[in-house]
Amino acid sequence: MSQRHGATETASPSAIRPGDPSRLRTVAVVGPPNTGKSTLFNRLTGLRQRVANYPGVTVEKRIGRARLPGKIDVHLIDLPGIYSLEPRSEDERVARDVLTGRMPGVSGPDAVILILDSTNLGRHLGFAAPILSLGIPTLVVLNMADSLRSGGGSLDLDTVAQQIGAPVVLVSARTGEGTEAIREFLVGALAVPAPLELPVIQDVRRCREWSAQIGEAAEYRAPAPPLWTRRLDAVLLHPVAGLLIFAAVVVAVFQTVFSFAIPLMDATDAMVSTSGEWVRALLPDSWFRSLLIEGVWGGVGSVVIFLPQILLLFLFIGVLEDSGYMARAALIADRTMARVGLQGKSFIPLLSAYACAVPAILATRTIESKRDRIATIMIAPLMTCSARLPVYTLVIAAFIPERPVLGGFLGTRAATMLGLYALGFLAAILTAWALKSSVLRGAGAPFSLEIPPYRVPSLQSLALRLLDRATTFLRRAGTIILCTAIVLWFLASLPLRNGEAPPISESVIGTVGRTIEPVIEPLGFDWKIGIGLITSLAAREVIVGTLGTIYGMEADEGSRDLQGALRGDLDLGGAVALLIFFAFAMQCMSTVAVVRRETAGWRWPVAQFAYMTLLAYVSAYLANRIIGP
Amino acid sequence: MERFTLKDLGRYEEGVLESIDLPEHDARRFMELGFLPGSVVSAAGRSPFGDPRVYRVDGSEVALRRETAARLVLRRPGSAGRKDP
Ligand SMILES: Nc1nc2c(ncn2[C@@H]2O[C@H](COP(=O)(O)OP(=O)(O)OP(=O)(O)O)[C@@H](O)[C@H]2O)c(=O)[nH]1
Ligand SMILES: [Mg+2]
Repeated sequence: MSQRHGATETASPSAIRPGDPSRLRTVAVVGPPNTGKSTLFNRLTGLRQRVANYPGVTVEKRIGRARLPGKIDVHLIDLPGIYSLEPRSEDERVARDVLTGRMPGVSGPDAVILILDSTNLGRHLGFAAPILSLGIPTLVVLNMADSLRSGGGSLDLDTVAQQIGAPVVLVSARTGEGTEAIREFLVGALAVPAPLELPVIQDVRRCREWSAQIGEAAEYRAPAPPLWTRRLDAVLLHPVAGLLIFAAVVVAVFQTVFSFAIPLMDATDAMVSTSGEWVRALLPDSWFRSLLIEGVWGGVGSVVIFLPQILLLFLFIGVLEDSGYMARAALIADRTMARVGLQGKSFIPLLSAYACAVPAILATRTIESKRDRIATIMIAPLMTCSARLPVYTLVIAAFIPERPVLGGFLGTRAATMLGLYALGFLAAILTAWALKSSVLRGAGAPFSLEIPPYRVPSLQSLALRLLDRATTFLRRAGTIILCTAIVLWFLASLPLRNGEAPPISESVIGTVGRTIEPVIEPLGFDWKIGIGLITSLAAREVIVGTLGTIYGMEADEGSRDLQGALRGDLDLGGAVALLIFFAFAMQCMSTVAVVRRETAGWRWPVAQFAYMTLLAYVSAYLANRIIGP
Repeated sequence: MERFTLKDLGRYEEGVLESIDLPEHDARRFMELGFLPGSVVSAAGRSPFGDPRVYRVDGSEVALRRETAARLVLRRPGSAGRKDP
């Protein structure tokens, strides 16, 4: 296809000159949701945009560089999915604005790659008309060639190209088949003016008639319906079996994340301890050695050991998202969401909040109603994010004895963890209900959700997800947690007395801790936990590192038995209070920042922070009083 | 001619969409999802709780709540479309 617009035409005056960065052209990747735009973008740029099998994964523009044949670079922009040029939600608005050149800071695209799903061509070609009528050189990419073929579908590409007056290629972004033609097209397209003159069709019905004609002319044969999807849905959405499977999966996830992770964590722990010992043996006894062992190894090391557990959790989330179960989960949850005045679309961001609240808050952009969107933003940080996992694991392992429940299916520890997740979800739902029946009252847009076919998650995509997560986690350990550990170590060693570090309770950090102790004492916490609460304002898992450093310094030669030290400082009431405090408190500055950005003001983040802190304090107080020592 | 709404479409039954009884702005999104007057809609799965239900239209599957399905008016397949006066 693309040869027609090949490099022979680059002689025109607007031809791009290789190696001239001021003339980098931009190419927008557009199309309806879930057609593989981000998959293709990743393939062409080598970047790692999030890809998953449900509509509305990308909610923000993302610019990357792609190298074309002849050493030409272009800026490729990945965009949220759109059905037409009339946006209904924030994410669709971003795509429309970039495409029409209305986005400040981004020049209108010089060319467009329009991605459509070849397995449903009749419907998808209809989406081409409004985009083609923009008059920007456009390559129509029919994606999912692999599925089309395996389902026995076919079409005549040349006829489609002739009929719509634009080059067309059939590719599989996932396998890479046919993607070379896209690069070649771009070289040519950027050099020639828009080739076509289409009447502006914005009427959905006329677009669909137009696409039906083309489909007929091109003898389009749709692939066989996805039988496996139907069979799976018959089971997974079954009133009894579906819910049982759902429950069993949840239990299995918790049991795995808790007990299966333990040997892996022990291994990591052993590595951290051994390397600490080496460092100790290598260096002479000095303040610097103490900083390294107690500060760095004690602080960063205590957090790093949670990496395997976090990765296991992300593996599950990855399978959930890539398989297409996410959309089904939203369907199952819609009834519950309806009771509190929200809809199933709010559930997808809430599910991603199990990983982290920040992307979840961005994902609310797909919610059409402004009020529903704010309500979802307000409750997202109550969902149990992965940063709470180290805190929960540490406290549970220290205080909850392991016994089998549910006939050995689930242990007490995993059950406690499950309870904390349920607690967060319950708080989120009740808060949503309170908001939706007061300040945010009002009906949302009618609920509609496209249900994608199930797809087998690719191992490569899962591996990349884990790699990305591991990098993020370790980067945080190497920055925030490392810095806090070093600063803490110094504050805990000063002021010097006769050239010696003071007892930790009389150091700067001890003084600060004891000043705030009266505030947290009713919750059953002592000053060390108090310092942890302060440092965890940066990010929740920092408390683990902080306690690692403080206890390491206290125990003098830096013994790293964090659990034992914790048991010495907290009674059961205090431990439960700590768990509950972490379930509810909004200790995460990145979340505050993203809420401020997405709600365009301080009002909501401030209200949210105050509400969650109050909720955390009162509930922790009650827990401590009721359970006692 | 018999008219009914999508809400009353039985499992595995089909109907032909006649009209969408929603404000223009909302109706447009349903048309973009494939619910165009004249298209054949069939009932596929449903949530384990019965609502929302999944409908098959124009090659894709879309979940709608009962209250929304009640706004999509159908006629039986095979029966004639709206008569022009
Ligand atoms: N079989 C097959 N699946 C594909 C292909 N390209 C993408 N997919 C899958 O389609 C799903 C959606 O891919 P994405 O790249 O996230 O789609 P998107 O268009 O960016 O989606 P939004 O950002 O939600 O609009 C993922 O599950 C991909 O693995 C392909 O060529 N063949
Ligand atoms: Mg995307």
